[in-house]
Amino acid sequence: MDAASAATGSPVRPPRTAADDNAFKSELVQLIPHLRAFARTLCGDPTAADDLAQDAMMKAWDARASFQMGTNMKAWTFMILRNQFYSEKRRSWRQTQLDQEAAERTLVAVDDPEAPVALDEMRQGLAMLPAEQREALILVGAGGFAYEEAAEICNCAVGTVKSRVSRARRALHAILEDGSYDRDGLSAGDAMRSILADAERLSTVR
Amino acid sequence: MSDENAKRGRGSRKQPADSMNQNMPSPDPRKASSAALDEARLRQQAIGVRLRQMFDEVVNEDVPDEFLEILKRADSRNAENG
Repeated sequence: MDAASAATGSPVRPPRTAADDNAFKSELVQLIPHLRAFARTLCGDPTAADDLAQDAMMKAWDARASFQMGTNMKAWTFMILRNQFYSEKRRSWRQTQLDQEAAERTLVAVDDPEAPVALDEMRQGLAMLPAEQREALILVGAGGFAYEEAAEICNCAVGTVKSRVSRARRALHAILEDGSYDRDGLSAGDAMRSILADAERLSTVR
Repeated sequence: MSDENAKRGRGSRKQPADSMNQNMPSPDPRKASSAALDEARLRQQAIGVRLRQMFDEVVNEDVPDEFLEILKRADSRNAENG
């Protein structure tokens, strides 16, 4: 079910109050960081991602009457954001190139000398995945969504999400393992080693 | 089964290759594959950790003021219009 068609449905609904709007707004505000993060994984480029996240936020606000409070607003807004992304992305023939450019810009944008090198490689590796695999992996692996929720967001079957996630995991592993993400000066397997070392460090810190 | 036994002949000696294999200290294939599985699992976990970290990094960024301003503007416009 998409947001726009939902907005026109249900004729019997009590009039919307200011309190409804306030409740909606405060929940929406809490979701902004997550929308930004999801947008960043779709766009790569931080500026374009924030534009997308803002558009999605406003679309959600405009469609607030169709949202049923108490249901999963995070999944609902992610679905809006994703629809927005793909409706804007009409230049699909350019997308491969855009992905590549975005990955490079993101690499440059991460200007933190403390940032472990593997993070860049992870971004680049992700950028090399087909879009539908990347989004499935992000939603399930990072966004904290169940397969069922991810399926609803991506408007596909649960089994499809499962297979996309598993293919994405394998592909990402292979990319990181053999260094085919095309980064200068790093030998094969360096990315994976550094990710492993980092994961170990993280797990001991936590 | 019975055909094969008949061909070989009952109580025939083991072939030399078999006896050689028995004396060889061969690695346990089950053990090897489970170690490989553990390794693969570990790597996938590492990727998972890193993926969440990458996502959370953006989640934890300060939200640019613009977001709240846009929403505020829309909300006040909404209030004016009743």
